[in-house]
Amino acid sequence: MTAELFGVAATTLALFTGFGLLVGLLFGFFGMGGSFLVTPALMVMGYETDVAVASGLAFVFATSVIATLKHRDLGQVDYKLGVLMIAGTTAGIEVGKIGLHYLQSIGLADTVVSVIYVGLLGGIGAFITYQATKGDGGGGLEHDADGEVDADDVPDIAKTIQSYRVPPMISLQGGITVSLWMILAVAFATGLLSGFLGVGGGFIRMPALFYLIGVPVPIAVGTDLFEIVFSGGIGSFLYAMDGAVDLSIVAPLLAGSALGARVGAAATSIVDEDEIKVYFGVMLLLGALAVAVRKIGNFADIPVLRQVSLVIILGAAALVAGAVVVSSIRALREEESSPTPSTAD
Amino acid sequence: MLELGNATGVTGAATVVGLVLLEAIVLYVVYGGLERFLGPALVDAVSGR
Repeated sequence: MTAELFGVAATTLALFTGFGLLVGLLFGFFGMGGSFLVTPALMVMGYETDVAVASGLAFVFATSVIATLKHRDLGQVDYKLGVLMIAGTTAGIEVGKIGLHYLQSIGLADTVVSVIYVGLLGGIGAFITYQATKGDGGGGLEHDADGEVDADDVPDIAKTIQSYRVPPMISLQGGITVSLWMILAVAFATGLLSGFLGVGGGFIRMPALFYLIGVPVPIAVGTDLFEIVFSGGIGSFLYAMDGAVDLSIVAPLLAGSALGARVGAAATSIVDEDEIKVYFGVMLLLGALAVAVRKIGNFADIPVLRQVSLVIILGAAALVAGAVVVSSIRALREEESSPTPSTAD
Repeated sequence: MLELGNATGVTGAATVVGLVLLEAIVLYVVYGGLERFLGPALVDAVSGR
Protein backbone atom coordinates (compact mmCIF):
# COMPACT_ATOMS: atom_id res chain seq x y z
CA MET A 1 0.00 0.00 0.00
CA THR A 2 1.36 3.44 -0.96
CA ALA A 3 1.18 6.36 1.48
CA GLU A 4 -0.81 9.28 0.12
CA LEU A 5 -1.32 12.95 0.99
CA PHE A 6 -4.18 14.90 -0.65
CA GLY A 7 -4.63 11.96 -3.00
CA VAL A 8 -1.02 12.14 -4.23
CA ALA A 9 1.51 9.35 -3.57
CA ALA A 10 4.15 10.28 -0.98
CA THR A 11 6.90 9.28 -3.40
CA THR A 12 5.52 11.67 -6.04
CA LEU A 13 5.37 14.46 -3.44
CA ALA A 14 8.98 13.77 -2.45
CA LEU A 15 10.02 13.73 -6.11
CA PHE A 16 8.29 17.06 -6.77
CA THR A 17 9.82 18.65 -3.65
CA GLY A 18 13.32 17.53 -4.66
CA PHE A 19 12.81 18.70 -8.22
CA GLY A 20 11.46 22.02 -6.92
CA LEU A 21 14.60 22.47 -4.80
CA LEU A 22 16.79 22.02 -7.90
CA VAL A 23 14.72 24.36 -10.10
CA GLY A 24 14.38 26.97 -7.35
CA LEU A 25 18.14 27.08 -6.87
CA LEU A 26 18.71 27.75 -10.57
CA PHE A 27 15.81 30.20 -10.74
CA GLY A 28 17.09 32.24 -7.78
CA PHE A 29 20.62 32.20 -9.17
CA PHE A 30 19.91 32.99 -12.85
CA GLY A 31 16.40 34.49 -12.90
CA MET A 32 15.38 31.99 -15.53
CA GLY A 33 14.68 28.33 -16.11
CA GLY A 34 11.41 27.65 -14.26
CA SER A 35 9.01 26.71 -17.03
CA PHE A 36 12.00 25.72 -19.18
CA LEU A 37 12.53 22.76 -16.82
CA VAL A 38 9.16 22.10 -15.17
CA THR A 39 6.73 22.07 -18.10
CA PRO A 40 8.58 19.47 -20.24
CA ALA A 41 9.13 17.28 -17.14
CA LEU A 42 5.41 17.34 -16.29
CA MET A 43 4.48 16.49 -19.86
CA VAL A 44 6.84 13.51 -19.88
CA MET A 45 5.25 12.40 -16.57
CA GLY A 46 1.94 12.15 -18.42
CA TYR A 47 0.16 15.39 -17.47
CA GLU A 48 -1.98 17.10 -20.13
CA THR A 49 -0.24 19.97 -21.93
CA ASP A 50 -2.54 22.69 -20.52
CA VAL A 51 -2.11 21.36 -16.95
CA ALA A 52 1.69 21.16 -17.40
CA VAL A 53 1.90 24.71 -18.81
CA ALA A 54 -0.55 26.22 -16.27
CA SER A 55 0.97 24.48 -13.23
CA GLY A 56 4.47 25.37 -14.48
CA LEU A 57 3.45 29.02 -14.76
CA ALA A 58 1.87 29.08 -11.28
CA PHE A 59 5.04 27.50 -9.90
CA VAL A 60 7.23 30.08 -11.69
CA PHE A 61 5.04 32.90 -10.35
CA ALA A 62 5.31 31.74 -6.73
CA THR A 63 9.03 30.95 -6.95
CA SER A 64 9.73 34.36 -8.51
CA VAL A 65 7.92 36.01 -5.56
CA ILE A 66 10.20 34.21 -3.10
CA ALA A 67 13.38 34.81 -5.14
CA THR A 68 12.50 38.50 -5.61
CA LEU A 69 11.93 38.95 -1.86
CA LYS A 70 15.33 37.37 -1.18
CA HIS A 71 17.05 39.56 -3.81
CA ARG A 72 15.29 42.57 -2.27
CA ASP A 73 16.82 41.67 1.12
CA LEU A 74 20.22 41.79 -0.59
CA GLY A 75 19.45 45.16 -2.26
CA GLN A 76 19.49 43.54 -5.70
CA VAL A 77 16.15 44.68 -7.17
CA ASP A 78 15.87 47.94 -9.13
CA TYR A 79 12.10 48.60 -8.99
CA LYS A 80 12.22 51.66 -11.25
CA LEU A 81 14.03 49.69 -13.94
CA GLY A 82 11.68 46.74 -13.36
CA VAL A 83 8.53 48.82 -13.95
CA LEU A 84 10.01 50.37 -17.11
CA MET A 85 11.03 46.92 -18.34
CA ILE A 86 7.49 45.60 -17.72
CA ALA A 87 6.01 48.46 -19.79
CA GLY A 88 8.41 47.99 -22.73
CA THR A 89 8.29 44.19 -22.59
CA THR A 90 4.47 44.10 -22.61
CA ALA A 91 4.36 46.26 -25.77
CA GLY A 92 7.06 44.10 -27.39
CA ILE A 93 5.22 40.85 -26.58
CA GLU A 94 2.07 42.14 -28.32
CA VAL A 95 4.02 43.00 -31.49
CA GLY A 96 5.91 39.68 -31.31
CA LYS A 97 2.60 37.81 -31.13
CA ILE A 98 1.46 39.56 -34.34
CA GLY A 99 4.60 38.28 -36.07
CA LEU A 100 3.96 34.78 -34.73
CA HIS A 101 0.33 34.82 -35.91
CA TYR A 102 1.48 35.88 -39.38
CA LEU A 103 3.94 32.99 -39.56
CA GLN A 104 1.20 30.61 -38.35
CA SER A 105 -1.07 31.85 -41.15
CA ILE A 106 1.52 30.92 -43.77
CA GLY A 107 2.38 27.62 -42.03
CA LEU A 108 5.98 28.47 -41.15
CA ALA A 109 5.65 29.23 -37.43
CA ASP A 110 6.97 25.96 -36.00
CA THR A 111 10.06 25.79 -38.22
CA VAL A 112 11.03 29.47 -37.95
CA VAL A 113 10.38 29.69 -34.19
CA SER A 114 12.32 26.46 -33.53
CA VAL A 115 15.35 27.62 -35.54
CA ILE A 116 15.37 31.11 -33.94
CA TYR A 117 14.83 29.68 -30.43
CA VAL A 118 17.70 27.20 -30.72
CA GLY A 119 19.89 29.84 -32.41
CA LEU A 120 19.19 32.41 -29.68
CA LEU A 121 19.74 29.97 -26.80
CA GLY A 122 22.98 28.71 -28.35
CA GLY A 123 24.14 32.14 -29.54
CA ILE A 124 23.57 33.91 -26.22
CA GLY A 125 25.03 30.93 -24.33
CA ALA A 126 28.18 30.90 -26.50
CA PHE A 127 28.56 34.70 -26.29
CA ILE A 128 28.24 34.84 -22.50
CA THR A 129 30.54 31.87 -21.95
CA TYR A 130 33.16 33.38 -24.30
CA GLN A 131 32.95 36.83 -22.66
CA ALA A 132 33.20 35.40 -19.16
CA THR A 133 36.08 33.02 -19.90
CA LYS A 134 37.92 35.76 -21.82
CA GLY A 135 37.95 37.62 -18.50
CA ASP A 136 37.80 41.17 -19.87
CA GLY A 137 34.28 41.37 -21.15
CA GLY A 138 32.69 43.20 -18.29
CA GLY A 139 33.21 40.51 -15.70
CA GLY A 140 34.23 41.05 -12.13
CA LEU A 141 31.73 43.72 -11.14
CA GLU A 142 31.58 44.41 -7.43
CA HIS A 143 28.79 42.58 -5.66
CA ASP A 144 27.86 45.61 -3.55
CA ALA A 145 24.54 46.66 -5.07
CA ASP A 146 24.74 50.14 -3.58
CA GLY A 147 28.24 50.80 -4.85
CA GLU A 148 29.19 52.64 -8.04
CA VAL A 149 29.97 50.45 -11.04
CA ASP A 150 33.55 50.70 -12.27
CA ALA A 151 33.52 52.08 -15.85
CA ASP A 152 35.99 49.37 -16.92
CA ASP A 153 33.49 46.70 -15.89
CA VAL A 154 30.67 48.00 -18.10
CA PRO A 155 30.38 46.11 -21.43
CA ASP A 156 31.19 48.18 -24.55
CA ILE A 157 27.65 47.92 -25.98
CA ALA A 158 26.21 49.20 -22.70
CA LYS A 159 28.69 52.12 -22.72
CA THR A 160 27.48 53.06 -26.22
CA ILE A 161 23.82 52.84 -25.17
CA GLN A 162 24.53 54.89 -22.02
CA SER A 163 26.22 57.55 -24.21
CA TYR A 164 22.93 58.35 -26.00
CA ARG A 165 21.77 61.07 -23.62
CA VAL A 166 18.23 61.62 -24.93
CA PRO A 167 16.14 63.09 -22.06
CA PRO A 168 14.66 62.10 -19.72
CA MET A 169 17.69 60.38 -18.19
CA ILE A 170 17.01 57.69 -15.56
CA SER A 171 19.36 56.92 -12.64
CA LEU A 172 19.64 53.23 -11.82
CA GLN A 173 21.26 51.23 -9.02
CA GLY A 174 25.04 51.09 -9.30
CA GLY A 175 25.26 54.78 -10.28
CA ILE A 176 24.22 54.10 -13.89
CA THR A 177 22.40 56.79 -15.86
CA VAL A 178 20.54 55.72 -19.03
CA SER A 179 18.03 57.40 -21.30
CA LEU A 180 14.44 56.30 -20.65
CA TRP A 181 14.06 55.64 -24.37
CA MET A 182 17.04 53.28 -24.41
CA ILE A 183 15.57 51.26 -21.53
CA LEU A 184 12.20 51.08 -23.26
CA ALA A 185 13.87 50.11 -26.56
CA VAL A 186 15.80 47.26 -24.90
CA ALA A 187 12.64 46.14 -23.04
CA PHE A 188 10.62 46.28 -26.25
CA ALA A 189 13.23 44.23 -28.14
CA THR A 190 13.34 41.54 -25.44
CA GLY A 191 9.52 41.48 -25.29
CA LEU A 192 9.36 41.19 -29.07
CA LEU A 193 11.52 38.06 -28.99
CA SER A 194 9.64 36.70 -25.97
CA GLY A 195 6.24 37.14 -27.65
CA PHE A 196 7.49 35.82 -30.96
CA LEU A 197 9.00 32.70 -29.43
CA GLY A 198 6.21 32.19 -26.88
CA VAL A 199 8.65 31.87 -23.97
CA GLY A 200 9.10 33.65 -20.61
CA GLY A 201 12.24 35.35 -21.85
CA GLY A 202 14.39 35.35 -18.69
CA PHE A 203 17.26 33.98 -20.77
CA ILE A 204 17.02 37.06 -23.03
CA ARG A 205 16.26 39.74 -20.40
CA MET A 206 18.97 38.97 -17.85
CA PRO A 207 21.84 39.22 -20.39
CA ALA A 208 20.15 42.24 -22.04
CA LEU A 209 20.06 44.11 -18.72
CA PHE A 210 23.77 43.46 -18.21
CA TYR A 211 25.20 43.69 -21.74
CA LEU A 212 22.91 46.40 -23.17
CA ILE A 213 22.06 48.61 -20.18
CA GLY A 214 25.11 47.89 -18.00
CA VAL A 215 23.27 46.75 -14.86
CA PRO A 216 25.47 44.57 -12.57
CA VAL A 217 24.63 40.85 -12.88
CA PRO A 218 23.08 40.33 -9.38
CA ILE A 219 20.78 43.35 -9.91
CA ALA A 220 19.97 42.13 -13.44
CA VAL A 221 18.88 38.77 -11.95
CA GLY A 222 16.84 40.40 -9.15
CA THR A 223 15.13 42.88 -11.49
CA ASP A 224 14.39 40.14 -14.03
CA LEU A 225 12.74 38.08 -11.27
CA PHE A 226 10.68 41.12 -10.22
CA GLU A 227 9.36 41.30 -13.79
CA ILE A 228 8.57 37.56 -13.80
CA VAL A 229 6.35 38.05 -10.71
CA PHE A 230 3.97 40.08 -12.89
CA SER A 231 4.17 38.08 -16.12
CA GLY A 232 3.91 34.78 -14.20
CA GLY A 233 1.04 36.06 -12.05
CA ILE A 234 -1.02 37.22 -15.03
CA GLY A 235 -0.28 34.02 -16.97
CA SER A 236 -1.23 31.83 -13.99
CA PHE A 237 -4.46 33.74 -13.49
CA LEU A 238 -5.49 33.35 -17.14
CA TYR A 239 -4.82 29.60 -17.12
CA ALA A 240 -6.45 29.20 -13.68
CA MET A 241 -9.67 30.64 -15.12
CA ASP A 242 -9.90 27.43 -17.17
CA GLY A 243 -9.15 25.31 -14.09
CA ALA A 244 -5.83 24.10 -15.52
CA VAL A 245 -3.62 24.82 -12.47
CA ASP A 246 -3.12 21.63 -10.44
CA LEU A 247 -2.33 22.56 -6.82
CA SER A 248 -1.20 19.02 -6.02
CA ILE A 249 1.70 19.65 -8.43
CA VAL A 250 2.40 23.27 -7.49
CA ALA A 251 2.35 22.88 -3.67
CA PRO A 252 5.14 20.27 -3.31
CA LEU A 253 7.23 21.84 -6.09
CA LEU A 254 7.00 25.16 -4.25
CA ALA A 255 7.95 23.58 -0.90
CA GLY A 256 11.29 22.64 -2.49
CA SER A 257 11.81 25.69 -4.67
CA ALA A 258 11.16 28.14 -1.80
CA LEU A 259 14.31 26.81 -0.15
CA GLY A 260 16.25 26.49 -3.41
CA ALA A 261 15.40 30.06 -4.50
CA ARG A 262 16.72 31.46 -1.19
CA VAL A 263 19.97 29.52 -1.59
CA GLY A 264 20.31 30.49 -5.28
CA ALA A 265 19.60 34.19 -4.63
CA ALA A 266 22.07 34.26 -1.73
CA ALA A 267 24.68 32.57 -3.94
CA THR A 268 24.62 35.49 -6.42
CA SER A 269 26.12 37.69 -3.71
CA ILE A 270 28.88 35.18 -2.94
CA VAL A 271 29.94 33.60 -6.25
CA ASP A 272 32.20 35.55 -8.64
CA GLU A 273 30.24 37.22 -11.46
CA ASP A 274 32.31 35.61 -14.21
CA GLU A 275 31.44 32.22 -12.74
CA ILE A 276 27.73 33.15 -12.72
CA LYS A 277 28.02 34.03 -16.41
CA VAL A 278 29.87 30.82 -17.29
CA TYR A 279 27.20 28.69 -15.59
CA PHE A 280 24.43 30.71 -17.25
CA GLY A 281 26.13 30.29 -20.65
CA VAL A 282 26.64 26.53 -20.20
CA MET A 283 23.01 26.16 -19.10
CA LEU A 284 21.84 27.94 -22.26
CA LEU A 285 24.14 25.92 -24.53
CA LEU A 286 22.87 22.62 -23.11
CA GLY A 287 19.32 24.03 -23.24
CA ALA A 288 19.82 24.77 -26.95
CA LEU A 289 21.01 21.19 -27.49
CA ALA A 290 18.01 19.80 -25.60
CA VAL A 291 15.50 21.93 -27.52
CA ALA A 292 17.16 21.02 -30.84
CA VAL A 293 16.96 17.29 -30.00
CA ARG A 294 13.28 17.64 -29.01
CA LYS A 295 12.43 19.55 -32.18
CA ILE A 296 14.18 16.94 -34.33
CA GLY A 297 12.25 14.26 -32.43
CA ASN A 298 8.96 16.03 -33.16
CA PHE A 299 9.86 16.70 -36.80
CA ALA A 300 11.06 13.17 -37.56
CA ASP A 301 8.46 11.58 -35.23
CA ILE A 302 11.06 9.83 -33.05
CA PRO A 303 9.50 9.80 -29.54
CA VAL A 304 12.68 8.61 -27.82
CA LEU A 305 14.41 11.89 -28.73
CA ARG A 306 11.91 13.75 -26.52
CA GLN A 307 13.05 11.61 -23.57
CA VAL A 308 16.69 12.21 -24.53
CA SER A 309 15.97 15.96 -24.61
CA LEU A 310 14.53 15.82 -21.09
CA VAL A 311 17.50 13.83 -19.81
CA ILE A 312 19.90 16.43 -21.28
CA ILE A 313 18.07 19.38 -19.71
CA LEU A 314 17.59 17.71 -16.31
CA GLY A 315 21.20 16.50 -16.34
CA ALA A 316 22.38 20.02 -17.20
CA ALA A 317 20.22 21.49 -14.42
CA ALA A 318 21.58 19.04 -11.84
CA LEU A 319 25.16 19.61 -13.02
CA VAL A 320 24.92 23.41 -12.96
CA ALA A 321 23.05 23.48 -9.63
CA GLY A 322 25.78 21.28 -8.13
CA ALA A 323 28.46 23.59 -9.53
CA VAL A 324 26.70 26.64 -8.03
CA VAL A 325 26.66 24.99 -4.58
CA VAL A 326 30.32 23.96 -4.83
CA SER A 327 31.31 27.47 -6.00
CA SER A 328 29.39 29.04 -3.10
CA ILE A 329 31.11 26.81 -0.55
CA ARG A 330 34.50 27.52 -2.12
CA ALA A 331 33.83 31.29 -2.10
CA LEU A 332 32.82 31.14 1.57
CA ARG A 333 35.99 29.23 2.46
CA GLU A 334 38.16 31.67 0.48
CA GLU A 335 36.46 34.58 2.21
CA GLU A 336 37.14 32.95 5.58
CA SER A 337 40.84 32.40 4.81
CA SER A 338 41.28 35.84 3.17
CA PRO A 339 43.15 38.36 5.37
CA THR A 340 41.19 41.36 3.95
CA PRO A 341 37.44 41.91 4.30
CA SER A 342 35.37 40.97 1.23
CA THR A 343 32.88 43.27 -0.52
CA ALA A 344 30.57 40.34 -1.15
CA ASP A 345 28.00 41.29 1.45
CA MET B 1 -5.88 16.76 -8.12
CA LEU B 2 -6.81 18.98 -5.17
CA GLU B 3 -10.42 20.15 -5.31
CA LEU B 4 -9.50 23.81 -5.63
CA GLY B 5 -7.41 22.94 -8.66
CA ASN B 6 -10.68 22.44 -10.52
CA ALA B 7 -12.03 25.90 -9.66
CA THR B 8 -12.77 27.96 -12.76
CA GLY B 9 -13.79 31.51 -13.63
CA VAL B 10 -12.50 34.74 -12.14
CA THR B 11 -13.29 33.79 -8.52
CA GLY B 12 -11.80 30.34 -8.87
CA ALA B 13 -8.67 31.72 -10.56
CA ALA B 14 -8.26 34.40 -7.89
CA THR B 15 -8.59 31.73 -5.18
CA VAL B 16 -6.04 29.42 -6.80
CA VAL B 17 -3.50 32.19 -7.49
CA GLY B 18 -4.12 33.64 -4.02
CA LEU B 19 -3.47 30.24 -2.40
CA VAL B 20 -0.26 29.80 -4.39
CA LEU B 21 0.85 33.30 -3.35
CA LEU B 22 -0.06 32.58 0.28
CA GLU B 23 1.96 29.37 0.26
CA ALA B 24 4.91 31.28 -1.23
CA ILE B 25 4.79 33.95 1.47
CA VAL B 26 4.35 31.43 4.30
CA LEU B 27 7.31 29.40 3.00
CA TYR B 28 9.38 32.57 2.62
CA VAL B 29 8.73 33.48 6.26
CA VAL B 30 9.26 29.91 7.58
CA TYR B 31 12.48 29.33 5.62
CA GLY B 32 13.60 32.86 6.55
CA GLY B 33 13.20 31.98 10.22
CA LEU B 34 15.12 28.75 9.73
CA GLU B 35 17.85 30.66 7.89
CA ARG B 36 18.11 33.15 10.76
CA PHE B 37 18.45 30.39 13.37
CA LEU B 38 20.45 27.79 11.48
CA GLY B 39 22.15 29.93 8.79
CA PRO B 40 25.17 31.18 10.79
CA ALA B 41 25.97 27.69 12.10
CA LEU B 42 25.59 26.23 8.60
CA VAL B 43 27.82 28.89 7.04
CA ASP B 44 30.42 28.30 9.77
CA ALA B 45 30.29 24.56 9.09
CA VAL B 46 30.70 24.81 5.29
CA SER B 47 33.32 27.55 5.45
CA GLY B 48 35.39 25.47 7.87
CA ARG B 49 35.30 27.96 10.77
